[in-house]
Amino acid sequence: MTHAAAAHSAHDDTHGHPPTSTGLDNKKIAIWAFIGSECMLFASLISTYLIYKGRSVVGPYPHEACLPPGCSTPLKAILNIPVTSASTFVLLMSSLAMVLALAAVETKDQPKTTTGEKILGSSKLWLWMTAILGTTFLGFQAFEFTSFVHEGLTIRTNLFGSSFFTLTGFHGAHVTAGVLWLLTLLAIDYRRGLGPKDAINVDLAALYWHFVDVVWIAIFTLVYLIK
Amino acid sequence: MATTAAAPAIPATDSYVGTSGVWSWLTTVDHKRIGTLYLFTSLFFFLLGGLEAGMIRWQLAVPNNHVLSAEAYNQMFTMHGTTMVFLAIMPLSAAFFNYLIPLQIGARDVAFPRLNAFSYWVFLFGGIFMNASWFVGAAPNGGWFGYAPLTTLQFSPGLNIDFWVLGLQILGVSSLAAAFNFITTIINMRAPGMNLMRMPMFTWNAFVVQFLLILAFPVITIALVFLQFDRFFGTNFYTIAAGADPLLWQHLFWIFGHPEVYILVLPAFGLTSEIIPTFSRKPIFGYPVMAYATMLIAFLGFGVWAHHMFAVGMGPIADTVFGVTTMLIAIPTGVKIFNWVFTMWGGSLQFTTAMKFAIALVALFTIGGISGVMHASPPADLQQTDTYFIVAHFHYVLFGGSMMGIFGGIYYYYPKMTGRMLSEKLGNWHFWLMFIGMNLTFFPMHFSGLYGMPRRIYTYDAGQGWERFNLTSSIGTAVLFIGLLIFVYNFLIAGRRGAIAGNDPWGAGTLEWSIPSPPPEYNFARIPRVTSRLPLWDVKTPTLNAEVPHTDRGDRRLDVDVGTKHTGHSHPNPANSYPQQATESGMHIEEATGKSAKDLGIPMPNQTIKPLICAAGLTIMFTGLLFIHEDKHSLAIATILTGALIMTMSLYAWVLTPLEDHH
Repeated sequence: MTHAAAAHSAHDDTHGHPPTSTGLDNKKIAIWAFIGSECMLFASLISTYLIYKGRSVVGPYPHEACLPPGCSTPLKAILNIPVTSASTFVLLMSSLAMVLALAAVETKDQPKTTTGEKILGSSKLWLWMTAILGTTFLGFQAFEFTSFVHEGLTIRTNLFGSSFFTLTGFHGAHVTAGVLWLLTLLAIDYRRGLGPKDAINVDLAALYWHFVDVVWIAIFTLVYLIK
Repeated sequence: MATTAAAPAIPATDSYVGTSGVWSWLTTVDHKRIGTLYLFTSLFFFLLGGLEAGMIRWQLAVPNNHVLSAEAYNQMFTMHGTTMVFLAIMPLSAAFFNYLIPLQIGARDVAFPRLNAFSYWVFLFGGIFMNASWFVGAAPNGGWFGYAPLTTLQFSPGLNIDFWVLGLQILGVSSLAAAFNFITTIINMRAPGMNLMRMPMFTWNAFVVQFLLILAFPVITIALVFLQFDRFFGTNFYTIAAGADPLLWQHLFWIFGHPEVYILVLPAFGLTSEIIPTFSRKPIFGYPVMAYATMLIAFLGFGVWAHHMFAVGMGPIADTVFGVTTMLIAIPTGVKIFNWVFTMWGGSLQFTTAMKFAIALVALFTIGGISGVMHASPPADLQQTDTYFIVAHFHYVLFGGSMMGIFGGIYYYYPKMTGRMLSEKLGNWHFWLMFIGMNLTFFPMHFSGLYGMPRRIYTYDAGQGWERFNLTSSIGTAVLFIGLLIFVYNFLIAGRRGAIAGNDPWGAGTLEWSIPSPPPEYNFARIPRVTSRLPLWDVKTPTLNAEVPHTDRGDRRLDVDVGTKHTGHSHPNPANSYPQQATESGMHIEEATGKSAKDLGIPMPNQTIKPLICAAGLTIMFTGLLFIHEDKHSLAIATILTGALIMTMSLYAWVLTPLEDHH
């Protein structure tokens, strides 16, 4: 867009838009500002979870816990780390697919000869892959939430329930928004094909997607792994 | 609603030929029109908040008064605070951001014109939503700070707090969307040569405020989400019996709330920093230090929140740390005060109304700042907290600071916005009545506070030594009202009868004065090329500008890697390679030509109603939550889904439509 505008205005300065001050697309700056803001949003949610850790007066608890008096029957941990590790892996792989999707869109115009190049160059394939992996993560989350409810933990049960469901629910909502964004890009790809000129728009979705991924790494570490 | 009706009353100008009428205002994406809408709407809310203050002072004028019941009084002071902070001062600042940022940096509009319209409509609907609570007799009554657990369902069962929580969430969306927009605009849309260290001081302050907004608002969003979930879905975030921390809300709220104080006052500082150099006929003293001081205030502003909480017993270490950081903020703030004074020192001062308001800001903010340093000390604060001393302090900062600066800004920029001058004679009356009324109202509160009068009480007994202070405060409020009425009269008639302003009535030095008043829709027929901080003084009065650095370094672009592509080398900014501009150096002045953007071939964004519909959908969605409280679950879900559908569909329609016609 910047290049087009600059080329356009080279012959007449009142036509077209002047180049941007940084040379970057406006949308790119805005998404970084948005991500900065989102950091504070998740920081507030995660801090609250950590502040409330160990303050619930009734179970179920996230990790194995002993209640006085005595510790004859320690309470079962509700968090299922193996299953969540799998879903974390799925989400991380979706970021890889996202990177490939962006690369495919950026290099759409380059000739592709080998099968490998054709596969790597298919933006539809990698956008679908990202969206499916994201949806799989959401499926894991739905499974986790349902099993927690069966084990007696709802958002109303205790402080752990309130802060856990709100934190991971907000993250899940972000993943959902990301999947919808990817599906929208896919719809555009099917309708008219995404090319290098659309790379900026795919890049925005990619930045958002990676951000949501990074937040999950923080959540997985702080909520699941650290006892 | 009254505000939308009032908006089209703004004098039509040549630059808007063919685009007048209500529809053109509903669909506008022009930053100047949106700024004007913000100005009218927020002045309306300012008057509303003023009336609420008037009711409070009427009630407190004499002991054991019964103008208001205790419940009505709670609603009145809550809505006064909420209105002044979120519906008056913030959007008044937003009016100036909208109007001035693109003009000051030499841009034709903001980065995302439609998002800008969306911000305004969300603000308007949020304001209407919040005030709709009066009509169902359930205005918010938990204070503007809404302390939980007081505001949880257990202690505040009515709809009052629901209106407050949801209203603030709506308004937060508006502020955040606007902040992303302005950050992008300032980073990316500066004219050639307008490097960061040449930006006008108002733009600098505005820039810093946007970062405060994007970093502080998410925190209150989450605090409000917790409260919303507690109230609607039965979570336990603020339920003490479930082990919740009674200070969670206070911490989250003030992590937002203290930066919010700077969000309220820095724009007024920016306006003052424009007014004082112009009317001192001197460039601002210590420009870089002014910019750094603004950043330092913002940075430190995130590390002082717990000084609002000394009385809760955080322990000596926390008290000391927050006391010290709070006192540290006095340093960059003091730097600003001294820089304004040194700007005036040795200048040829012109005491216009705008200048008087600016000087009043310097004086009154200093008083408020000094009482602020007093309660930065925890032992002193324990004497002062929750008394009228605090009320005196923050009104000196917010009225003496923010509002004086904003009034100064209105007198200074009214000619640019309308092409006509406000009456200086009426302005003089307005200023002195405001100045006297403000001091008469708030200075005695220092004493009533030190005599032990608590805040937020709806009445008091005689014989505690508070009577004369309260009566004086109430008389002062009446004086303020007279001043305010004069201002409203001046504001409304000057649009028709004021003297014609011309490009630059004040002899100012920044870009916005190089173009006609009111500016044409495209702002600049040719994008200016900036070679110093006060480019217009270079052309008109170079002697005033002799000591300001002039270099060509701002004309060079940095190497930038975008993705895998390398754009730009260390070559002159391509914008300067325009055939017509390459032969020119420095600034030019644009006279009114009456030519439209179309005549000049300048691409303009298309008008669109979609941002308004999207904002309406968002508001409907939040309104649906109110019905959960009433246990009308199916109605709630239906309303929420309808709102969400409207919002999503208009958002898709908006995003998938190009901003402007292909050219």
